[in-house]
Amino acid sequence: MIISDWKVRDVDEIWRLCDLVKIVVLVKDIPDLTDIKIGQDRRPILVSVKRKINDLDKRALESAVQLKEKYGGEVVTLSLGDEKTRTTILDALSSGADSAYIINDKELIGLDALTTAKVLSFALKKLAPFDLVLCGEMSLDTLSSQIGARIAEILNISQVMYARRIDLVGNKIKVERELEYCEEVVEAELPAIVSVIREINEPRIPSLMNIMKAKRKPVIEWDSKTLGLSVEELKKLSAIEILDVKAPLVERKRIMIKGETPEEVAEKLVEALRSEGVLRDLQ
Amino acid sequence: MTGILVYSEDLDLQLQLLSKGRELSNNLAAKLYALVIGSNVEGHVASVLNYSDAVITIENKSLEHYDVELYKIGVVEAVKRVNPDVILIGATKFGKELAARTAAALDAGCMTECISLNIDKEGNLLAERLIYGGSSIALEKSRRKPHIAVISKNIFKRLEPSTKVAEVLRLDTDHPKSKVQILEKREKSKSDTGLEEASIIVAAGRGFKKKEDLDLLRELSSILGSKIGCTRPISADNGWLDEWIGISGKKVKPRLYIAFGISGTIQHAAGIRGSQIIVSVNQDEAAGIFEISDYGILGDLYTILPALIKVLKKVKKTES
Repeated sequence: MIISDWKVRDVDEIWRLCDLVKIVVLVKDIPDLTDIKIGQDRRPILVSVKRKINDLDKRALESAVQLKEKYGGEVVTLSLGDEKTRTTILDALSSGADSAYIINDKELIGLDALTTAKVLSFALKKLAPFDLVLCGEMSLDTLSSQIGARIAEILNISQVMYARRIDLVGNKIKVERELEYCEEVVEAELPAIVSVIREINEPRIPSLMNIMKAKRKPVIEWDSKTLGLSVEELKKLSAIEILDVKAPLVERKRIMIKGETPEEVAEKLVEALRSEGVLRDLQ
Repeated sequence: MTGILVYSEDLDLQLQLLSKGRELSNNLAAKLYALVIGSNVEGHVASVLNYSDAVITIENKSLEHYDVELYKIGVVEAVKRVNPDVILIGATKFGKELAARTAAALDAGCMTECISLNIDKEGNLLAERLIYGGSSIALEKSRRKPHIAVISKNIFKRLEPSTKVAEVLRLDTDHPKSKVQILEKREKSKSDTGLEEASIIVAAGRGFKKKEDLDLLRELSSILGSKIGCTRPISADNGWLDEWIGISGKKVKPRLYIAFGISGTIQHAAGIRGSQIIVSVNQDEAAGIFEISDYGILGDLYTILPALIKVLKKVKKTES
């Protein structure tokens, strides 16, 4: 329990009336999924793939910026990344973040969700006090959807996932969230971590002026030393190992049906489906 | 004796995971536990009695809502009690946040969106899981107990119930006041569209220009006796239909899937990969959907769809 045995600070300590002080947005830069090609060996080729901010994290950022516009405070982003993140993060700074923190450390690449959440929690501890941490409900590359909930547990702060609306009421956060069975409106003590779903907003498109300004905004880089992390302990703690990544074998026939008229095409299709035996209700 | 602990608030999903758990428990010579948590668990407990060796119940008034902080305490207590090697949790939205939160509390790893599970020689859990938006499959190993895996509906088949009835272990747990309070709760109109069980699905993508145009699809659907599905933009952005198919929505496995005006993003493709035959109609020659289709038609859905309706009507008439 070397790393997990602490809390950022008690909820009461951050008690405050109305105005927001700081919102931290967890921003992950991921490969552009539409850009990933599959190699001969069925392995995805990632080397030259463009990077971009995870779409759901952009929406989390947009929420943060909207809250800032309403209640004040500052918006900072936090990323666990590498050299390339410096470029990707400009998009967040153009879209309203005031500053960006990047944990850039070769030793911290390829961690599992357990250790990633530990590292981010350490960084959040360094960024405290904050009112709110926002993130996307998952990152679209690894699809693990664990980081938000893990951070809530490690930092012992309120956890509200799948938000489609966020607002501040007094010194609490009010969130509309969606599960399969119900929609809930909940109120949570601050500090809180909230994950957002795609429907929460449409992120703004930065103006040319904001893109220029972004280049002058502070980008702060941290590594395991600045965070006081033992890389060795982290590696020992890591529980999940990736053995292989392959594209699934798509065994589809890929037959294009052509014809002179739509009716002819439709007839050929029906014929094909009948011989496949998938129209048996009709037969 | 080792154990496998299975939790989902979704009963169907829990029965599917218990069925898989039974297979793993035979390999591990482990005891199979079903975990049931809530404010009124009686009905749920009765339904899992014939699928497990023991049912652990945690019943408490404070567990009326899906409050992850309070439910986590329940799962952690159950883990302390039976010390399972493997924990399987159903990948509903709530299940996912609960699994991650519990894993953090236990300092354990967790594998989400698993599509296969195996135990290796050392007793570690191996899982294949979807990554890169569903376009690739990663083989992962959990190398420390408890191994936690989170699995969606319809990945594993539900077996027939056993004639053996499980013992019931009641756990009393303390649940402090949660940091999150519910102000309002609206049950969703149980619009069970039956997509997950459907044998034929016809689906709409952004090729549809207006909501009314879905009537064409409804007409085709009534002829085929199929269910109607769609992509995320049609449902989440336009609100034309209640549920979408894809990595973040329903995952389907019909014997026939017909996609109209669907470009075939990898997120959507991940939701239909279990289909037996995929047909797609799209105007765009370069649409990715053709890559994952058995039969493709390059053309306007507004002409192909009516033609298909006409042909099917004719077939039906001559054969009845």
